[in-house]
Amino acid sequence: MSVWRLIARELAFRKLHFALGVIAIVVAVGCLVAEFALLRAHDVRTNGILAAKEAETRARMAEMEDAYRKIMKGLGFNVLILPKDQNLSEFHADDFASKTMPEEYAQRLATSGIITIQHLLPSLQRKIEWPERKRRIIVMGIRGEVPIQGGGRKEPLLVAVPKGCAALGYEIHRSLNLSAGDSIEICGRTLSVQTCQPERGTKDDITIWMDLAEAQEMLGAKGEINAIYALKCQCAGVGMEKIRGEIARILPDAQAIEFASQALTRAEARERAAEDARVAIESEARNRAHLRGEIEAYGAILVPLVLVGCAVWVGLLSLGNVRERRMEIGILRAMGVRSRQILLIFLGKAGAMGLAGALIGYAAGILAGPGSTALLAAVVAGAPLLAIVAGWLPAMIAAQQDPAIVLREE
Amino acid sequence: MLDLADVRKTYARPEGAIVALGGISISAEPGEFIAVRGPSGCGKTTLLLAAGGLLAPDAGRVIVDGEEIYALSPEDRARIRATRIGFVFQQFHLIPYLGALENVLVPSLGVPRRDAMTRARELIDRFGLAPRAHHVPAELSTGERQRTALARALFNRPKLLLADEPTGNLDEANAEVVLRALAEFAGEGGTVLLVTHGGNAASYATRVISMKEGLLCSGD
Repeated sequence: MSVWRLIARELAFRKLHFALGVIAIVVAVGCLVAEFALLRAHDVRTNGILAAKEAETRARMAEMEDAYRKIMKGLGFNVLILPKDQNLSEFHADDFASKTMPEEYAQRLATSGIITIQHLLPSLQRKIEWPERKRRIIVMGIRGEVPIQGGGRKEPLLVAVPKGCAALGYEIHRSLNLSAGDSIEICGRTLSVQTCQPERGTKDDITIWMDLAEAQEMLGAKGEINAIYALKCQCAGVGMEKIRGEIARILPDAQAIEFASQALTRAEARERAAEDARVAIESEARNRAHLRGEIEAYGAILVPLVLVGCAVWVGLLSLGNVRERRMEIGILRAMGVRSRQILLIFLGKAGAMGLAGALIGYAAGILAGPGSTALLAAVVAGAPLLAIVAGWLPAMIAAQQDPAIVLREE
Repeated sequence: MLDLADVRKTYARPEGAIVALGGISISAEPGEFIAVRGPSGCGKTTLLLAAGGLLAPDAGRVIVDGEEIYALSPEDRARIRATRIGFVFQQFHLIPYLGALENVLVPSLGVPRRDAMTRARELIDRFGLAPRAHHVPAELSTGERQRTALARALFNRPKLLLADEPTGNLDEANAEVVLRALAEFAGEGGTVLLVTHGGNAASYATRVISMKEGLLCSGD
């Protein structure tokens, strides 16, 4: 006969008493595990929601980025770098700069490590009388974009016009009934029509684009340009002031102005959308954190209350058990069973209650969310300990019970 | 084997002190079966508990098998009870959730022994309880319960058997079985101290002592 066998037989004999103790511990452990499981489930759900929102935002921003690139390609550039001595009133009145600057400025900008602008397009633009056709046109010499070093490869917004070729604005090719492959004569040069632009409703409709070097030669401005078109970087904190400061540092003899308001509006809308998305994600994260805080606060009140209630209940049950078993304790003591063995009989029973309650409570608790091995280990160790602590006082009463009093009463 | 020398015990009660033992001296040798008779409340049970190391007297000495038991620590006293003293009570005091065999094995909690199961089965057989070995006390007759209690008391081969009205709840036939077993125990060299208010036990005792109001009246 061992103490453990005695405990096992007594548990089987007083099933209701054991069950009442186990139920109390199941409730306490279940609440505790459910609290942790809920928080864990909440965290998993939060991470899922935020990851999905971030992915959705990324996809939307990528889509917008592409759309923006296409829009910008359609609408042109939004920053214009002009010679510093160019009178802007005159520029706006004439639609082009009368002053020129060295073409080399574009290369200098490209190799300067500038970050506030992208897509540099040097150009020479003049309004001239087309002698062969007797009409006023704008000639625009372009050489293709100058790649910015260290800025990563970007698809050009505007492709170059090959030497000996021309791209015609809508009004020109429509009124002269020209199409790709036709030849035109301009200031004594023969150019092949490469592309015919769609209608834009701007001065582009009366523009002929040609190779920059050919335009420079034709207009008598060899090695000169009168504008560098650029695209403002859509990065946080980049405004015109910053761009102007950077350009002034690199090209002291140039000035920058902003134009193409439609493109800017769309770019700002995109930035706003990106900002809104960020705010929405942050707001969701805050809401989820708030909800988590509420669950924690609720648990911080409920769980200790339930644990204390459980401990009191187990203590009272143990006390009742000690009272019920007074005679048994007396007879065991009379037969030489030691105090510490009596203590062990009652604490062992409390521990068994705690262990059974821990396992059932854990199983019940993880219905609320995912469990973990660490949590299981904690409750398997903690619940029996709680039950033992709760049953300690009654067990001490039992161990110190005077057998003579009980046997004499009998 | 058992020496009680001027043992005194007084219970303090709100209504006044009650003298349970007023200076009792008894000496019992191995092989003696002493029956202590007296009316209820005369101090018989107090005498038995004091002799069994369960109730420290206010004065006097209790010597069991050469050891003055109240001079020992509680743990040593528990060891003496486990190894040298057996108890039998009127109410049997069997453990309600253990079968007869397991009840007989209970003393092995205090003194683990290798031959525990063999010894328990031997006693179960000796007292005719084999068919009821796995029945809990509630399923046993009163006679079977007392025989189980007797088997439990003899489990550790004690030298002293203390019996408190062991036949009080039994019919004549079962009482005979119990008393005969106690007499056999004494016959094998054990010492029996039995307290009773009836007269049946006297016919098996080697000595009968009468008690009244905490004092011995006569002996033979």
